[in-house]
Amino acid sequence: MLISANDTGVVSRSLDFGDGDGAPSAAAGTGRNGRVRGGGDNGIEVSGLVREFKKGPRAVDGVDLSVAPGEIYGFLGPNGAGKSTTVHMLTTLLPPTAGSATVAGHDIVKEGPAVRDAIGVALQEAALDPLLSAREHMRLQAGMHGIAKAEARRRGDELIDRVGLADAADRRVAGYSGGMKRRLDLALALVHAPRLLFLDEPTTGLDVQSRTALWEQVANLAAEQGVTVFLTTQYLEEADNLADRVGIIDRGRLVAEGTPEALKAEIGRPTVEAAPAEPADRERLAGVLGRFGAPTQAAPGASAVRLRDGVDELAAIVRALDAEGIRIGQLDLHAPSLDDVFLAKTGRRLEGAGDGDGEDGGNDGDGHREAVLAEAG
Amino acid sequence: MGASLTQVRHLAGRSVMRVVRQPALIVPSLLFPLILLAVNASGLEAATEIPGFPTDSYITFALAFAFMQGAMFATLGAGQSLAEDVQRGFFNRLQLTPLRGWAMLAGQLAGVVVLGLVQATVYLSIGLLAGSEMESGPLGVLVLVALSVLISLAFGALGLLVALRSGSGEAVQGMFPLFFILLFLSSASLPRDLIANDWFQAITNWNPVSYMIEGMRSLFIDGWDAEALALGFGLAAVLLVAALAAASIALKGRMVRT
Repeated sequence: MLISANDTGVVSRSLDFGDGDGAPSAAAGTGRNGRVRGGGDNGIEVSGLVREFKKGPRAVDGVDLSVAPGEIYGFLGPNGAGKSTTVHMLTTLLPPTAGSATVAGHDIVKEGPAVRDAIGVALQEAALDPLLSAREHMRLQAGMHGIAKAEARRRGDELIDRVGLADAADRRVAGYSGGMKRRLDLALALVHAPRLLFLDEPTTGLDVQSRTALWEQVANLAAEQGVTVFLTTQYLEEADNLADRVGIIDRGRLVAEGTPEALKAEIGRPTVEAAPAEPADRERLAGVLGRFGAPTQAAPGASAVRLRDGVDELAAIVRALDAEGIRIGQLDLHAPSLDDVFLAKTGRRLEGAGDGDGEDGGNDGDGHREAVLAEAG
Repeated sequence: MGASLTQVRHLAGRSVMRVVRQPALIVPSLLFPLILLAVNASGLEAATEIPGFPTDSYITFALAFAFMQGAMFATLGAGQSLAEDVQRGFFNRLQLTPLRGWAMLAGQLAGVVVLGLVQATVYLSIGLLAGSEMESGPLGVLVLVALSVLISLAFGALGLLVALRSGSGEAVQGMFPLFFILLFLSSASLPRDLIANDWFQAITNWNPVSYMIEGMRSLFIDGWDAEALALGFGLAAVLLVAALAAASIALKGRMVRT
């Protein structure tokens, strides 16, 4: 076998990937080296990050955030909020106008090559060559990272298998579905065993099954390998299900940050939305609901309030409506969602809508409700 | 350095695969020059009667035209491929690896070399079958292939330059008609000293494409003409170096990674 000193040097780091019996790098990042800050071995520290483009306002306008090693951080925001611009800066593809950041302990401006070496990136466009197969992509990507041939093949097969593309590995990418392309992109991002993973809207345009499959893979990666994940998304559900911590970005500014639970708890109380059986009763119904909390946005023909004292009031509301002789057509209790957090922080609502831009079939029409952030102006 | 060569090898492999897997790229670059060659060879055979015409076989004279036209297809091949990479985001994928800029350019040109070799083989085989002479003999064939591949590389590098400057495949395609004007305003169809029109002759004298064609043509007709070869190789090399230098600068502008 041909194993040069150079080859083994490159490969040794990547060997602990795979079966999980190597020490996960997250543990090494925080504990063993005694580094206190999150920006240590595989965290991210961002301070006052700004990016201005010649035309228009600041795309990113003073973002501060910190991602702990091994954490899945969800960067949630509508289209045009500055998510991708932030990712491009953190992955060294775009120099910041002001501010600073370290990724895996390296400065994104001064230590570009070191940053790139530590990170795996799957950008929004899932850029693949339609003329090449998955296996050929793997070989090319590994070659760019200087991984020796035999090792490249082993890792390539393992990653292709891991993302469930083994059966399609020798087919040209041109025939892949949107979900398959995203999974290949994810596998390619992992070929050099990065300690951090940047995923820019990894599930935008995917159908529900593909999306769920990708979530599972990302969650497993973080859990088994201790890979830190910085993920941008415009899907509330994605941030809620997948992320340990969420940062909500709007118009270039971070408007809220915390665990999904903490953010929702901050908003606190649930809302009750009710519609009368007789449309004429709507005013009176709104009046009754108003006794239990402040009015909030509701569907047409319905009224909603954020409950002053929580879920316990539900029975009282029903009794009060009954006492007034208002027949209830529909009654919904909404636990606070990240949607509410967004509304509270920005004054704008998230759109409750199906995913209409799916590449492979789009909305399956099974009534699956999907909250998508409203397009920002 | 070693790592960069590995990168060049991988990118070259991809570049060749992209050529081989796009018949739409190969077939026109083989067919069009041959069709034009057939039309010219039958229609302009009478030109050999002009006093002072260097050969009595027009196809011997015209074969270099096919080589030149084929070489110009390299611009499309290399340029469009790179422009697609930029547009599709594949360029960013590569930027995120430890890839060196020069390795990217070198890798992208590998497909040009392969396409150039295929073209040379086809044109020459068909030309010889159709009765073309090859005055410089077997060694001349090797020199001819080397010169035609060098010209292909030069035009391929021009394609890379435009792709990097514009980031658009359409811009690369838009250059193509300009090349045809250069081709037709050269000594492609007639020897320069037989062109009667003054301004046309002046243009052909200034057109570097004339000298590239004449370098190749000399191998068919004259045997070993040192001056023609020096001019052909020299101008192609100058064009290649200049285009690569400009492409490197354009690449720096596009590779904004820190």
